[in-house]
Amino acid sequence: MSASAQLAPAAAPTRPGSSHPPAATPKRRRRGSAATWGWSILAIVVALIWVFPVYWMVNSSMLSSATLESFTPTFLPFGGSFANYRGVIDGSFFGALGISLSVTIIAVFFCLLFAFLASVAISRFRFRGRTTFVLAILIIQMLPAEGLFIAQYKMMSELGLLSNVFGLSLLYIAAVVPFTVWMLRGFVTGVPAELEEAAMVDGLSRTQAFMRITLPLLAPGLVASGVFAFLQCWNEFTVALVIMNAENQTLPLWLRGFVQQSSSRAIDWGEVMAASTIVAIPVIVFFVIVQGRMTSGLVAGAVKG
Amino acid sequence: MAVPAPTTIERDHRTDESVGSRRRSPVPLFLLIPAIAILLFGMGYPVVWQVITSFQKYGALQQLGGKAPDFVGLDNYIAVATSPTFWEVAVRSVIFCLVTALITVVIGMALALLMTRVHAGVRITLQIALLLAWAMPVVAAMTVWIWLFDRRRGVVNYLLDLIPGVDMNQFNWIGGEPFVFFIVASIIVTWMSVPFVAFSAYAGLTQVSTEMVEASQLDGATGWQRLRFIVLPIIRPVIMIVLLLNLIWDLRVFTQITMLQDAGSNSSDYDLLGTYIYKMGVAGLNFGQGAAMAIFVLALTIVLSWFYIRSLLKEDQV
Repeated sequence: MSASAQLAPAAAPTRPGSSHPPAATPKRRRRGSAATWGWSILAIVVALIWVFPVYWMVNSSMLSSATLESFTPTFLPFGGSFANYRGVIDGSFFGALGISLSVTIIAVFFCLLFAFLASVAISRFRFRGRTTFVLAILIIQMLPAEGLFIAQYKMMSELGLLSNVFGLSLLYIAAVVPFTVWMLRGFVTGVPAELEEAAMVDGLSRTQAFMRITLPLLAPGLVASGVFAFLQCWNEFTVALVIMNAENQTLPLWLRGFVQQSSSRAIDWGEVMAASTIVAIPVIVFFVIVQGRMTSGLVAGAVKG
Repeated sequence: MAVPAPTTIERDHRTDESVGSRRRSPVPLFLLIPAIAILLFGMGYPVVWQVITSFQKYGALQQLGGKAPDFVGLDNYIAVATSPTFWEVAVRSVIFCLVTALITVVIGMALALLMTRVHAGVRITLQIALLLAWAMPVVAAMTVWIWLFDRRRGVVNYLLDLIPGVDMNQFNWIGGEPFVFFIVASIIVTWMSVPFVAFSAYAGLTQVSTEMVEASQLDGATGWQRLRFIVLPIIRPVIMIVLLLNLIWDLRVFTQITMLQDAGSNSSDYDLLGTYIYKMGVAGLNFGQGAAMAIFVLALTIVLSWFYIRSLLKEDQV
């Protein structure tokens, strides 16, 4: 939101299909207000449609299964019961949470470290092979997991790392490093090398200058890239499905388990929605925080979808 | 780039000059070693393995019996290319990808234009709604949509039933006709991808100068002409990039299709390339043919990505 707000210098509403004489232009805003209201109503309707599934998830999660059994849906938030949440937070949830947390923390830590070093190399130095590396990064980040998972499965099974937190983390680091390098590179370039050089003139070594001057200025960039890497690992489904078995599931696989059961027996949608809400809420919070930095980063270097 | 990236070309040039003296230093290569090592492990080796395996007979026998895989030349590729199921799935994937990406970009563009025409409060409301949809983790979004399209008590059937003369009672969206299944998949993927397009296009639209639009208005341009000849040419690069990205992303809708199949049917009539490769390679243990198909997907992605990367490099010097 922040980025779009910054980027929006109050776009003047222009009326469609108006071919009025110049005199009309200064009063355009007021005279165009009827059309503006029409567009506004349309915009509100679109907003409601887009937000409805999110609303429906939270709303259903608080309704009792008896209410959900009814053929007339309950649209207003009449729920307020957390029984469904108590129903899904059990041993299997904490197991999956633990695995998701370990994998994500390991992956984000090493991904940030490796990507940071690489981004310093490509934005602070000019060397032979630099352009090749940047091109390789861009191409690698486009490679789909669907095109690689057979080989990754075989590789992990030969290394004895199938269903292993460490093995999954390794694959996640490799998958997320390219985008993180690309995103951090922008931040590192944004800190002028002159600042560092001035500090070196004042007697600091290059490493000291980097640690004391550049690194603190990069902190926001590191946080944003870190949150972003976190979101990608936390939400990842495909590689986790291929590598992990039923006893060692990450949260997305755990959540999928609810839908899988639906083919064999009637499922309690209230519980499924409670489980979805638990998985989604932290992601939504983090996402909204970093979104501003991301819209710019996204177009500049694509993300695995 | 219409959306200001964290870097600018001017800055890059400045850095260029100031670091010229470090040209021969070995330091950057050391800094790159960890990143290159993990990429070779996680991405490089799998790609090479896959290329080699695609020329081998590598099935359950080799996997379980420890039999060394034989090189069989192009046999896997021929088997894949002569399999009618593969072509059905491939054509279906490409059509799904084209249709969904086009619809996504058109709706995203329309919403971006809409944002420029409404009051600030309404615009922010719309942006928050889009942001929430964008932030939803794919798996959570899928469970909600499956619930919305639920045959018995889903809201979609309930609402459609309210329309007089429409009988959608118990209509089976996910487990019935494959065509309907893919319409549902397309709706869900569009819902997920429109916010990114709308935000990018809106950022592009704010770069269109008001003066230019007003000048054209003075010259008597109609609303459509202003859009066609002034606004669209300016935001064309953004549109091209988001279109390419959506094409690439919509080729890999593995999660969405897998979860819809969980709720519906597992038959290959409902497969796109990702799920088909998974069933062939990982679940069916036919690594050779699975690898050959995966190479096809990789090649398709790299061709599409190449255009994207070229436009990216044109905008932002690396």
